[in-house]
Amino acid sequence: MLTRTRESTPDAAVDGRSVHVSGLTHSFGELRAIERIDLEVEPGEVVGIVGPSGCGKTTLLELLAGLRPPDSGSISVGGSTDPAERLGGCAYMPQRDLLLPWLSAVDNAALALRIAGGSKSEARTEAGGHFERLGLSGFEGTRPGELSGGMRQRVAFLRTLMAGRPVLLLDEPFASLDAITRAEMQSWLAGVLGPDRHTVVLVTHDVEEALYLSDRVLVLTARPARVADRIEIEAPRAPDRAAAVTSPEFAGLKERALRSLMEGTR
Amino acid sequence: MSRARTYLAPVAVILILLGAWELAAQWDLIANALNIEDFLVPAPSDIATSLWNDRSLLADDFWVTLREVLLGFLCALAAGLAFAVVLHLSDTLRRAFYPLLVASQTIPPVAIAPILIVWFGFGLGPKILLIALVCFFPVTVNTLDGLRSVDPQLITMMRTLGANRRQILTRVELPSALPFFFSGTKIAIAVAVIGAVFAEWAGAGSGLGHQILIASSNLLTARMFAAITLLSVMAILLFALVALIERRVVTWDSRGVTRT
Repeated sequence: MLTRTRESTPDAAVDGRSVHVSGLTHSFGELRAIERIDLEVEPGEVVGIVGPSGCGKTTLLELLAGLRPPDSGSISVGGSTDPAERLGGCAYMPQRDLLLPWLSAVDNAALALRIAGGSKSEARTEAGGHFERLGLSGFEGTRPGELSGGMRQRVAFLRTLMAGRPVLLLDEPFASLDAITRAEMQSWLAGVLGPDRHTVVLVTHDVEEALYLSDRVLVLTARPARVADRIEIEAPRAPDRAAAVTSPEFAGLKERALRSLMEGTR
Repeated sequence: MSRARTYLAPVAVILILLGAWELAAQWDLIANALNIEDFLVPAPSDIATSLWNDRSLLADDFWVTLREVLLGFLCALAAGLAFAVVLHLSDTLRRAFYPLLVASQTIPPVAIAPILIVWFGFGLGPKILLIALVCFFPVTVNTLDGLRSVDPQLITMMRTLGANRRQILTRVELPSALPFFFSGTKIAIAVAVIGAVFAEWAGAGSGLGHQILIASSNLLTARMFAAITLLSVMAILLFALVALIERRVVTWDSRGVTRT
């Protein structure tokens, strides 16, 4: 319902949701940030990327979104390799919520619709229709300064969804929240991602978050970032998060991911 | 702190100073101590009397000066805002004009006033121009700083949502720059009154600045002080008006555009 591209052209849209990256390498001057990363994300799949801080995770998302040209390697989003077309196919949710303080919650969420040329009332109605599902009803007219951190993050997420792009790039979406709120937001996101079937690339430094939310997790090494491990998850996004993240299988995956991270930082 | 308490202390200081001045003038303390004629230092009560007796004269001058100040100030607002946006959008123009803009501030407005009179005569035009010139700098520089201080991540966010340059300007940069624009505007309105006095001194037939010159040549010190009081009241009221508009427009917490 949110992926309007898919509704209009069903066949092209399946293709439009996949992400292919091969041999991606990027440096900042002398500093090599990313080295030969391969990444395949199938339509509707959630791929988590974990790595030590400063390993170039954000850079990877910026390269995917076409915000920066890579040194070498190929990136295709929905079959398109052109940076401008990639930018049009991805919705990028940055680490900070970056809500505009002079706009109400609903106007922030509706920003993409207004940019696309929609009228204020149409945009408000369309964005406001999602407030209940995101647990934001009653806060439509509230300014970001008066919302809690978790609510601000949900408004930012809705703003990303309303861009109507088939691929979501989430950059540590819950990093700024406390542990309890973060756990709540992960359960909430698991519920949202299920029915919407977006293709998602989720970058995080929280191993548990990646393993719980993703179909597949890529563990990156410290700079330069290389793929240290690929972990497939059998049953991601279980409704009972507390049970899921404390199960023996989950603990086994977590140990594997943490060991890969440790080896990667050595 | 309540608003009453905010204003209590400065009002008390003013009242005490006026009271001391009044007593000193009544007993001719200043005049005797400095060995001068007592009419040179009028008591606050003499100034109040002048304000009342010369009210129709002073009111006419008040409106003349207020009109000059408002017209000059509004011209500077429009020109300053437009110039700031142009300099913001073009790196080349900014590099070319910004240093000149700063350098232009070394020219005292008092020095330009007579030239403007020579060029444009004694009418309203040169006065509006001089006031606009003194107001232009704070408005332009503050607005430009505001436009340039926008969080680059906000711009990236707008780009990922498909915004073009114009949309980034109108939806993010201009609203972010509003608090800066108002800071510049508040400085501008205060210096606008000073500019008006200089402009009238250079050549005018009416206005509070002109009235001060006339009263001076006739040794009417009480009337001079009355005119000065009215200029000060005008500046304070205009500043308060701008501050009120700012509070109505900038209703969000503008200390940081976003919190992390």
